[in-house]
Amino acid sequence: MDYLLTEQQVMIRDLARQIAQEKIAPVAAEYDESGKFPWDIVKVIADSDLCGVYIEEKYGGTGGGIMDLVIATEEFSKACGGIALCYAATALGTYPIILYGTDEQKKKYLPDIAKGKKLAAFGLTEAGAGSDAGAVATTAKKQGDYYILNGTKQWITNGGEADIYAVVAVTDKTKGSRGASCFIVEKGTPGFEFGKKENKMGIRASATRELVFNDCKVPKENILGKEGYGFIVAMKTLDKSRPGVAAQALGIAQGALDHAVKYSKERVQFGKPISSFQGIQFMLADMATSIEAARALVYAAARYIDSGAKDISKISAQSKLFASDVAMKVTVDAVQVFGGYGYMKEYPVEKYMRDAKITQIYEGTNQIQRSVIASELIKESLKK
Amino acid sequence: MNIIVCIKQVPGTNEVRIDPTTNTLIREGVESVINPFDMYAIEEAVRTKEKTGGKVTVISMGPPQVDAALREAISMGCDEAILISDRAFAGSDTWATSYTLAMAIKKISSFDVIFCGKQASDGDTAQVGPGISAHLDIPQVAYVKKIEEIKPGFAKVERMTEEGFDIVETPLPALFTVVKEINTPRIPSLKGKMAAKKAQVITWRASDLNANEKFLGLNGSPTQVVKIFTPPPRSGGQVFKGETAEVVDKLIEAIKNELKPKF
Repeated sequence: MDYLLTEQQVMIRDLARQIAQEKIAPVAAEYDESGKFPWDIVKVIADSDLCGVYIEEKYGGTGGGIMDLVIATEEFSKACGGIALCYAATALGTYPIILYGTDEQKKKYLPDIAKGKKLAAFGLTEAGAGSDAGAVATTAKKQGDYYILNGTKQWITNGGEADIYAVVAVTDKTKGSRGASCFIVEKGTPGFEFGKKENKMGIRASATRELVFNDCKVPKENILGKEGYGFIVAMKTLDKSRPGVAAQALGIAQGALDHAVKYSKERVQFGKPISSFQGIQFMLADMATSIEAARALVYAAARYIDSGAKDISKISAQSKLFASDVAMKVTVDAVQVFGGYGYMKEYPVEKYMRDAKITQIYEGTNQIQRSVIASELIKESLKK
Repeated sequence: MNIIVCIKQVPGTNEVRIDPTTNTLIREGVESVINPFDMYAIEEAVRTKEKTGGKVTVISMGPPQVDAALREAISMGCDEAILISDRAFAGSDTWATSYTLAMAIKKISSFDVIFCGKQASDGDTAQVGPGISAHLDIPQVAYVKKIEEIKPGFAKVERMTEEGFDIVETPLPALFTVVKEINTPRIPSLKGKMAAKKAQVITWRASDLNANEKFLGLNGSPTQVVKIFTPPPRSGGQVFKGETAEVVDKLIEAIKNELKPKF
C-alpha cells in the first residue's frame, strides 16, 4: 500500500526500519529476558535524529507531527514493542510540554529530548486512580516559590530512566477534577524517588516504576498551563498520544504476521509447507487484512490530529482501540500458526503476544476508549 | 584536516554474474550498494573529522547512478561529494582506476589523509587503494584496524596481520585501507539524509582532470581479461578399498600412471 507519505516521512520510515532490523531485532529476545533498559538502542535512535520527529524545528526537532511519531513507532515495534515503548513513552511525557509549555519551558526541555539526550515520562496513574483518573491523590501544595509534592504514582513507563517527568497532582481538593495541575519534575529533585522496577508479562525492555514524592519541592515556574489545568493537560495529551500506542500495536501485529508468513513457508507437514494449507492461508489472510485496516485507521487519526482539528478524541480513541484489539488477535493467531514452536521462547512470536496485551490496557483501557467514543457520538448527535 | 574517502558502488549481492561474451559484470536487475568495506572507510573518515575537525570529501569513479552512493555517504557525515564519470573511463582495470582517482585527488590538491576500504566485494583485488598511493607517491598502510593517533603530518595506526597486528607510524599525507574490525558504520541520521537529498554532487569528466589520455579506460589498462568462467566442480576421485598394504600399492600404481607423460 502507498499511504502517500511525504519525502521526510519516507526517510523516517526507512531509517526506523533500518534501526529495527539491524539494531533492535538481534537483541529483542535478550532485552525481553533480562528486562534491562536498552540504553544502547536509545543512543542509536538519538544519533539518527528520530527522537525529535514530532518536535518543532526551533526546539531542535525536525518539525513533524503525530504521523511522524507513528511511522517511527510502528517500525521499531515490528522488531520489539518493549524497546519501541521507551521511544513512544518519551513522546507521551513530552506532549504536555509541547501543548501547554511556555516558550521558556520549551526552550529548556525540548532540545535535549529532541536530541535524545534525555527521555521523558508521564505520571498520571496511581494505585487508586487508573481508569478513574479523577481519583488522583498525589498533592501539590503551594509554598512560596515552590509547590510541595506528596504521593505516589504507579506503573510509570520510563520511570527511573527518564530525566523529565510531567506529573499530575491535586492543588485544590475542593474543586474535584478542576483542582488538579500538571508539573514538570526533573529527576534528581530532592524528595523525588523511584520505587522498584516492575516485573511485567511483556514489553519487558521498557522500565516501569513508581514515582515517589516526599515533600518534593518543585519550582512554581514548572507548572504546565495554570493551576487547575491538570486534567485538561492530561486529556489533551492522551488524545494526541493514543495513535502512538496504536502504532505500537500495529507494529507488533505486523512483526508477528511477518514471522508467521515466513515460518509457514518453512514448516513442512504432510510433505508440504504449511503455507499451502487453506487453514493456515485463511488465518494469514485475515491477519493481514485486519492489520491493513488498522494501519489505515491509525494513519487517518494521526493525520487528522496533525491537521490541527479540535475534535480528535473519538478518532484517537478509535485508532487505539482497534489497533490494539487487532494486535491481540493477530499475535494469538501467529502463535497458532507456529503451533507448539510458537509456545516456545526459542521462537519469536510468543513475545509478540505478551507485548500486545498491554496495548489493550494502558493509555486508557479499551473499555475506557469505548466510553470515550460513545460519549463523543452522543455529544455529536446533540449538536445535529 | 582534509580527509578524502574513495568508494565504489557494487552489486548488492554475493552472486555476481558475469557476461560470458564481454567478460564484464552484469549489473542489470541487481540493486547497487556501497561496497561494504567502503562503509568502514566512510565511518573512519567521519570519525576522524569529528575528532580533528576539517572536512570529508567522498569520491567515486563510475556511471551516473553512483550519485546515490555518494549521497548515502553524505547522509553518514561526509561533507562534499565528487563523481568521476566519463565514457573515457569505461573498462578501466585497477591500474587505470587508481590512476584516474589519483588524478582527481591531485585536483583536490590539499589533503591530509585518504581512506579506502580494503577491497571491493565484486572484484576483490584490493589493488586500487594502494595503487592510488603509488600514483600520488605517498605512504600507504593497508589493512588498518585501528587509528591510534592522527594529527596533521603524523599518524600511528595498527595494521592487521594474520597473527596479530603491526603498529605503524607514518607521516601524512598517507593512504589507509581499512578492515571491518576498525569500526561499526553508523546508521545515517535524518538530518544527514535531508542534507544528502539537497547536496550538490560535483561531476568531473576526463577533460576536468589533468590526466594523460593514454592511461585512461580500457586503453590505459594493462590487464587483459581473456576469459572469466566458473571452474567446473571437482569430480569424485577414486577410492581404494582393502588391506592397507594392498591399497598403498594400488595408490602408488595409480599415481605413477597419472604422472606418466601423456605424449
